Amino acid sequence: MISLLSTLLNGLSLGSVYAIIALGYTMVYGIAKMLNFAHGDVIMIGAYISFSAILYWNVPPILGFLLAMLVCTVLGIVIERLAYKPLRQATSLAVLITAIGISYLLQNGAQLIWGANTKAFPTMVSLPNATLFGGSITISNNTISLLGDQLKISGNMLVTILACVVIMVALTLFINKTKMGKAMRCVSEDKGAAELMGVDVNKTISLTFAIGSALAAVAGVLLCTSYPVLQPTTGAMPGIKAFTAAVFGGIGSIPGAMVGGILLGIIEKLGQTYVSDQLGDAFAFAVLIIVLLVKPTGLMGKKVHEKV
Amino acid sequence: MKINKKLRSALVTFAIVIIAFLVCEAGIEGWVDGFKLKFAEKGLLVPICCYIVLAVSLNLIVGISGELSLGHAGFMSIGAFSGVVIATWLEKAVLTINDAGKTVPFFGDTAIIIITIIVAGALAALAGVVIGIPALRLRGDYLAIVLLAFGEIIRNVMNCVLVAVDGSTMHFALKINESSAVGFGQGMQMVINGAQGTVNKVTSAAFNNERFIIGFGLVIFTLFVVLNLINSRSGRAIMAIRDNRIAAESVGLNVMKYKMMAFVTGAALAGMAGALYGLNMKTVTAVDFDYNMSIEILVMVVLGGIGSIRGSVIAAAVLRFLPEKLRFLNDYRMLVYAIVLIVVMLATNSPILKNFWALLMRVKPLRVAVEWLQALPGKVRAAFSFGKNKNGKAGEAQ
Amino acid sequence: MKKRLVDTKMVPLPSVSIVPERDVGKRPVLETRHLGIEFGGLKAVEDFNIAVGPTEICGLIGPNGAGKTTVFNLLTKVYQPTTGTVLIDGKDTSGMTTEQANRMGIARTFQNIRLFGNMTVEDNVRIGLHNQIRYGMLQGVFRAPAYWKAEKQMHKRSLELLSIFGMQDMADVKAGSLPYGAQRRLEIVRALATNPKLLLLDEPAAGMNPHETEELMQNIIKIRDEFQIAVMLIEHDMNLVMGICEGICVLNYGRIIAKGTPEEIQQNPAVIEAYLGSQGREENA
Repeated sequence: MISLLSTLLNGLSLGSVYAIIALGYTMVYGIAKMLNFAHGDVIMIGAYISFSAILYWNVPPILGFLLAMLVCTVLGIVIERLAYKPLRQATSLAVLITAIGISYLLQNGAQLIWGANTKAFPTMVSLPNATLFGGSITISNNTISLLGDQLKISGNMLVTILACVVIMVALTLFINKTKMGKAMRCVSEDKGAAELMGVDVNKTISLTFAIGSALAAVAGVLLCTSYPVLQPTTGAMPGIKAFTAAVFGGIGSIPGAMVGGILLGIIEKLGQTYVSDQLGDAFAFAVLIIVLLVKPTGLMGKKVHEKV
Repeated sequence: MKINKKLRSALVTFAIVIIAFLVCEAGIEGWVDGFKLKFAEKGLLVPICCYIVLAVSLNLIVGISGELSLGHAGFMSIGAFSGVVIATWLEKAVLTINDAGKTVPFFGDTAIIIITIIVAGALAALAGVVIGIPALRLRGDYLAIVLLAFGEIIRNVMNCVLVAVDGSTMHFALKINESSAVGFGQGMQMVINGAQGTVNKVTSAAFNNERFIIGFGLVIFTLFVVLNLINSRSGRAIMAIRDNRIAAESVGLNVMKYKMMAFVTGAALAGMAGALYGLNMKTVTAVDFDYNMSIEILVMVVLGGIGSIRGSVIAAAVLRFLPEKLRFLNDYRMLVYAIVLIVVMLATNSPILKNFWALLMRVKPLRVAVEWLQALPGKVRAAFSFGKNKNGKAGEAQ
Repeated sequence: MKKRLVDTKMVPLPSVSIVPERDVGKRPVLETRHLGIEFGGLKAVEDFNIAVGPTEICGLIGPNGAGKTTVFNLLTKVYQPTTGTVLIDGKDTSGMTTEQANRMGIARTFQNIRLFGNMTVEDNVRIGLHNQIRYGMLQGVFRAPAYWKAEKQMHKRSLELLSIFGMQDMADVKAGSLPYGAQRRLEIVRALATNPKLLLLDEPAAGMNPHETEELMQNIIKIRDEFQIAVMLIEHDMNLVMGICEGICVLNYGRIIAKGTPEEIQQNPAVIEAYLGSQGREENA
């Protein structure tokens, strides 16, 4: 029972990272109608930036984290302007291949700058040691122990889950309550009509990439605090998983990305713990396939009627 | 006899492949003085054959049938691993007694490779059916992600496969946990050892001209199948469904049947290429066939021109050969590759770059020069046929 | 003003519709019973009942947005109806796909042309012949005798069909590069190649000049006479509709508001109000 709870918490933490990355995928898909395959590599760039800032330039972790967000935001906008904007009218396959090219470019660029060998990511979260509620909760070594030491929650895990919740709430409010959010919803529904109504489509798309990439930086830092191995391909697999999560939840749907990401993380951890530690990925992908076959537009996707 | 356009185009493709093959053979056998392929170059030949088959078969799925697949390497993986198992079985279990009274394999090395390729192709086709029936109901991005997922599942499962041979008996196991399949293969010869991939293969890794000839034969077979399929009733149906699914349905085409036909044919050919690849390489591991491999094949298809079979052949050969020639770029090699990919996509698809040439033409001296050059052949013809150059003079006066 | 190219006496069927006198006693090629479809609560087509005789030319008219193309999509199973059934040649088509409906003998053209634009004119027709002249995939790949025989037959038949519209000389032209009118005609040829019993034409004269329309009218009658099939057409060009249709069905807001001969329709007050009336006002303006 405790082990199940612990697995679920691990899954929730991993799923939170997936959800944050998937948000970037799904927002870009919803608005630019393209699969930004390079999104996973923006995560890696974000992680490297904060890594360099903290270790080489001795910047406090929080500033390193903010710097990573800033760099990724700029990177996202630049990528969109240079590579994707000229291809707005092109076939989806052409855009996908270009995105793959960007992904290769970022991976190999990172390899040139930081080298191919893995880097150990520094600890970003430090919790004070404490004993609360008469010893029922103790905090030591950045880990919270509950239920008489049986259930351990690491500080990283806690921060990841909290960050995910905060981002979800903030993004939902932004999309639904602000003018820019409304513009984004308009563009995602009908680009042409939005333009006619005076929405600046280019600015809206840039904003979407900016938000998506900033979230990627957050995800990169969170991912590397939990799994502190950093190398140029770090972003690739989580990127694919998050992409899967976005499709799982119904690509284009923001709540879908959140639910998809968290479910995927939990399923992966459950599969790893109870079925096979080798087949965790296969398990996650298999669930995705089953969901898509039962509901071809994902959990929360809208069905689009083809006009004849 | 009147040769139509499609037939002529197909014959040109075959001619290019055959000439390239003969040039390689000349370099291997030293038919021409001073032209000899280096060891590293020879090592590339069989993989290039495999990649040509992979690119052409993926083009059948992506270009001809119009279904984006990001999991082509999965079929290659199935072909490679089943190929190694089949080849081992053929060598260890299908035996005969020779004249000297010794027990030897019934088939020779070449026969083993050919049979293996065929059986592995059939197995990959079977996988194609199993995957295609559910997946091809989906469209566009969803199909792409499901095929990517299938590819990754295949990689994951292959990572756990254990195969050993004990005398002439094959043993199989799946190592899904640290605690499972413990002690498997003790005292036996391992054939596939989980994440370490294939070990103790029947074929050696050194270059072998016979294997190159088989590879060439496989390329010719692939081109024969794919080009003939395209120019037949079924091929027309496949392309009609790609161009306009609703219209194709309205004239009575069974959409699922023809999507499956293209997909399964592509899978079978990829499996055959995978089998040859697996037998040719010193060792292959499941991780070799991850989605990066699928994408590499897709890049070949795209750079060669989606739907152009000849383009896929050339792109696959060039993209496998070029990196070896660009070794001096070393660290920058992949970076250059990525930039070339992006620039090619932008140049061929971006309206801005397409308009760039139109914009250049607005500069009067340039326009005049280009028009003059374009008119040149006609002028030359006119000059030769009539002995006068009136048009030419008018053109220069502009 | 309206020139009549046909002169058919129409006879009411006991149930719901009228058919040409020569088709009386024969099974209608198409019959719909209470056909209807809803899109998210909106009834796009409701209680659509019609019978079409096996050699009838029937018109389906109505103002824009009346649901005419939706009816075609229901008949060809692009949409599955929410209520009612479609009978083709007396056989129920419930649960069938578009492809199966075509094999049952219903072929169509599209309002927004849907040709296979990258293929040649002849290949477009050959795709129409797909289920008529057959050989297997492996016979095609390995160029078996059946392949050569069938391809030869297909070539001959394609040219025959193209010659209905005098298009046999364009056989090697890319379909997408044809002029608009020729593309519409090619769509009809492609539909005919599937050997239908009922041909549905969705605005066949759209974008054609009066001369081309005149020719099209002659050709529709020719096709009906030669192939002995029924034709049902949606058209806004009243000269065409009144000139060649034997029975006309008027649709407004998804419901049939009138059915009858061209004369009856022209005098029907409901039709004049809903459709001809508004056009009359436009003409006067």
